[in-house]
Amino acid sequence: MIRVQQQDFDPAEEYRALRGSGSGTGAIATFTGLVRDSGDLDGVTGLFLEHYPGMTEQVIEGLVREASGRWDVHEARIIHRVGYLSLGEQIVFVGVCSAHRGDAFAACEFIMDALKTSAPFWKKEITGDSEHWVEQRAADLDRTRSWE
Amino acid sequence: MATNNTITVKFFARLREELDTATLTVEAEPGLTAGRLLHDLAGKGGNWAQLDGALPVMIAVNQVMTKPDKVLQPGDEVAFFPPVTGG
Repeated sequence: MIRVQQQDFDPAEEYRALRGSGSGTGAIATFTGLVRDSGDLDGVTGLFLEHYPGMTEQVIEGLVREASGRWDVHEARIIHRVGYLSLGEQIVFVGVCSAHRGDAFAACEFIMDALKTSAPFWKKEITGDSEHWVEQRAADLDRTRSWE
Repeated sequence: MATNNTITVKFFARLREELDTATLTVEAEPGLTAGRLLHDLAGKGGNWAQLDGALPVMIAVNQVMTKPDKVLQPGDEVAFFPPVTGG
């Protein structure tokens, strides 16, 4: 399940859906990303997020396929929000269920790391008096490469 | 909209804002590559000049990441955008 949407989401609902994945499921790993007050700029009060409709969903589908080829993934649920988001709001959710924790942790972390460096989303930081398109971080690229 | 002999060009994020352009249409010349198109667009000058190597520009053709030597076909959708920063 992959969704790109403006509206907020409820992690508890996604967790319930993953729990219902089947009796072979023994582990659920989830990640939620939030808008924080500092990034490239200090005093961030919100973000604007843009995506490439169609391509974004296809890239994430590819990441889920790749994760499913490497680990035992029963189900993956990914939600990414776009548009204007305020400080503290939820940006992204990745949830994976599997038979065992190792596969659930690894697949969840891989999908999140690879999403950051390959899915076409762009983030603009907004402060009280300025706006700034975020630059890609070398540390994020290193994290994605570490899965190769 | 792309007609039979045109290519649709899309820009996103910082490029979309700085070029003040989300979409444009160009003629599909035989042998035109994505990199050549980028170079041609940079020739418009002003903010467009940045397309010629000043900052990294990612290229997707028909919504798949590709390299500058990709030859464009009539009806293709080519997108130029900055490195991605989601999550």
